[in-house]
Amino acid sequence: MNLHFDFTVNKSTATIYITREFAAGIDLVWDAFTKSELLDQWFAPQPWRLETKEMNFTPGGRWLYAMVSPENQKGWSLVEFLEINPKTLFTSRNAFSDENGNINPAVTSMNETQFTPSGNHTTVKIAKQLPDLAQLEKFVAMGYKQGMEVCLTALDKLLADKQPA
Amino acid sequence: MRRDIFQAIADPTRRAILVLVAVNAMTPNAIASHFDITRQSVSKHLRILSECDLLAQKHDGREIHYTLKLEKMKEIDSWLDQFRKLTEKQFSQLDNVLLNIQNQQK
Repeated sequence: MNLHFDFTVNKSTATIYITREFAAGIDLVWDAFTKSELLDQWFAPQPWRLETKEMNFTPGGRWLYAMVSPENQKGWSLVEFLEINPKTLFTSRNAFSDENGNINPAVTSMNETQFTPSGNHTTVKIAKQLPDLAQLEKFVAMGYKQGMEVCLTALDKLLADKQPA
Repeated sequence: MRRDIFQAIADPTRRAILVLVAVNAMTPNAIASHFDITRQSVSKHLRILSECDLLAQKHDGREIHYTLKLEKMKEIDSWLDQFRKLTEKQFSQLDNVLLNIQNQQK
């Protein structure tokens, strides 16, 4: 199955635009982006896992979570929800934080996540605005090493699946 | 002193200078004419960008023209590329979660 994926960057406004189609209806895709029990299942790139400490998906509410490494090292992040329009869009301010949700104000992004149903598929559009593009390094630095591991793990799994039983 | 590229592009004036010299090689005076700031502060920005290895200088008689060194800019692209890969990975994990839930509901 080939699902539409688009990733573009406007460098002059330091905004990243991501569009992705999912093979599921709006109700389920909305839940997958807004309920911690579902976010915990996909948001951390394997072999990292996600641990939610607090989740209050309401305007002014927040999601405090950690990316947990295989060695049990935790990197904390805080998402503060601003506007919520159910099954249509939500906006948030995302930042790195400590385990109590005290953010590092130097590394924040403003995010808008939009949901558009089309039949039994749903398209999600994310606009992520950084104060400046220089911050991208910090956003990616944490993901860089695990990203490489992820590619290899996925390849292992693919090869294993291809083996005759 | 070596500075890093991310520091260089943290400043909006420096980003604007990079956009200008990406199009045409320009003298410091020509660059300064685009901004409402002193010639000294343009010089400072040019020095920082040069220290980050983002600008090349071409001497034409007594004039110096600045142009963009393209290969260095690719560092940001490589970060963006890493971020794109990470996003793709997250979403393929979400595909699996969605598929599993839908299968359970059948």
